[in-house]
Amino acid sequence: MSDNYNAVPGLAEIRDAYGETTLVVDPARLLDACIHLRDEHGFAFLAEVAATDYLGWAGKGVAGSIGTDTGRDLNRPGSQGFQSLPAPKPKRFSISYHLLALGDRGRAQRVRAQVWLDDGEPAPSVVGVWPTADWHEREAWDLFGIRFEGHPNLTRILMDDDWEGHPLRKDYPIGGEPVRFSEAE
Amino acid sequence: MTLAPEKPRIYEGTRIPSPVPTALRVTPERRQGGDILQVNFGPNHPSTHGVLRLIVDLDGEEVVGLEAVIGYLHTGFEKSMESKTWWKAITYPERIDYLSFQYNELVFVLAIEKLLELETPPRATWMRMLLCELNRIHSHLVWLGTAALELGAISMFWYCFRERDRILDLFELVCGARMHTRYFQAGGLAEDIPPGFFDECAKFVEVMPKAIDEYEGLVDRNQIWLERTKGLGLLSAADAIALGQSGPVLRASGVDWDLRRAEPYLAYDQVDFRVPVYRGGDVYDRYRVRMEEMRESTRIVEQALRRMPDGPWIADDRKVVLPPREELHTSMESLIHHFKIVTEGYRVPEGEVYVAVESARGELGCYVVSDGGPKPWRVKFRAPSFVALEATATCMSDALVADLIAIVGSLDTVMGEVDR
Repeated sequence: MSDNYNAVPGLAEIRDAYGETTLVVDPARLLDACIHLRDEHGFAFLAEVAATDYLGWAGKGVAGSIGTDTGRDLNRPGSQGFQSLPAPKPKRFSISYHLLALGDRGRAQRVRAQVWLDDGEPAPSVVGVWPTADWHEREAWDLFGIRFEGHPNLTRILMDDDWEGHPLRKDYPIGGEPVRFSEAE
Repeated sequence: MTLAPEKPRIYEGTRIPSPVPTALRVTPERRQGGDILQVNFGPNHPSTHGVLRLIVDLDGEEVVGLEAVIGYLHTGFEKSMESKTWWKAITYPERIDYLSFQYNELVFVLAIEKLLELETPPRATWMRMLLCELNRIHSHLVWLGTAALELGAISMFWYCFRERDRILDLFELVCGARMHTRYFQAGGLAEDIPPGFFDECAKFVEVMPKAIDEYEGLVDRNQIWLERTKGLGLLSAADAIALGQSGPVLRASGVDWDLRRAEPYLAYDQVDFRVPVYRGGDVYDRYRVRMEEMRESTRIVEQALRRMPDGPWIADDRKVVLPPREELHTSMESLIHHFKIVTEGYRVPEGEVYVAVESARGELGCYVVSDGGPKPWRVKFRAPSFVALEATATCMSDALVADLIAIVGSLDTVMGEVDR
């Protein structure tokens, strides 16, 4: 990579995979890191904030194996064992900030800043750094239940205001919402 | 004699509301002094292009407060895709943005291919580009027709839908469905380009520039159209970048930025096209950008038609790509591969990628996490419409209620994509 990201505050790890650079940052210093990336490296454009829930990651086999309800464990002896377990993740949730630098002569440069959080652990809000983060963070709160400290208006955005639970969590069942009149037959 | 300098059309400084950047709040002085009326615009309103609700505070004719409420069309696409195999999940993205379906399909397929490190043959690459540009024209035509309709130019709608129908006929020729073609597979195309497609497409390329002349003839010197679009819904370049705007909205604000040129994907580095940029940042300039983009897209389609390579239309990788139909009768291996891909799905290596393409509405991104299994662990779409709606409050800072529809329309949002 041409750019040197070692000076990013709170940097825990740099990963290069599939031609993309991921900077894992300590959540406590996320704001400093974001301001540094925006002002020193020119990442003026926040493309999106993507949360991911890793509950059950590498737990039993791989996601969505078909066969039984619980999935077929491909790591079991006799299962031909060609599927290795994915590498474990440090915490349950990750938040990826996809940043874009609108470079000279129309050349793009991208980087992914990433923080890891446990359930219930808040992340600092970056609305002050990139105003566009407003709705992205509200979406992450709505669908994953991740709180963003310092967000000016952290309310549900896609689901109803009185919705219970956070649907994109892995422990939220598909088809789990009650259907009216389904029992009165 | 010196002429008075022309009044600058774009504002200085920032107009992004604070502390909530996406909501315009009534100032206390306004609330005390004026007679504020709160109006609920939508969610069911013919000009909201779906189900968008705007809570608008009015002081007379003036918009002094505004908040967009979304989520009425939330369908849980991202959650559903987690329980489908990669192969089946390709069907879903097209339905997220139902007006630029090819792009959504493309960005998801590109993400799968990036994880698989799969190369597509040139014929597939060029055909993808051709269909995407047709789709851009289609999307802009729907925008132009409905945006003009909302401002009272009814005839524009019929003209635009005349050409739109020809594009849908081409999609029908390719796959049998007029929208949601599911023609892109990981590795290439679902089938070879059907006979007759090039001839029909060439006819369309001939017609389209004249059609654009006609549209411009209808509105470009129409005083009502100019009055209702010029100088309205201002958005400066700095504000547009801070609010994450992309596509025509960003280019109308004077930022020379197009992902097709900035990070060329498909074969965009081999075709010749211009990126139209305007500096006014108003509704009119967004209209101009889209009109010129339709001309440029027609040029790209024309070049793709002329230079379409021969050869295979899908990669030769039997672990991912369905074997040819005729082999199933004679080859046991082909039958097994077919069965495995259809029932269990192919496995995609562990990792996370973010792929972005320039859709008709701007940067359409797809963030995908795979755990090495046959189903995606997480799919997240960076929807340009979702981000465009964040700019409504800023664009509406000094608008009248009558301009509201023109301004929201100029951001070209598709609610299916906003709510996903």
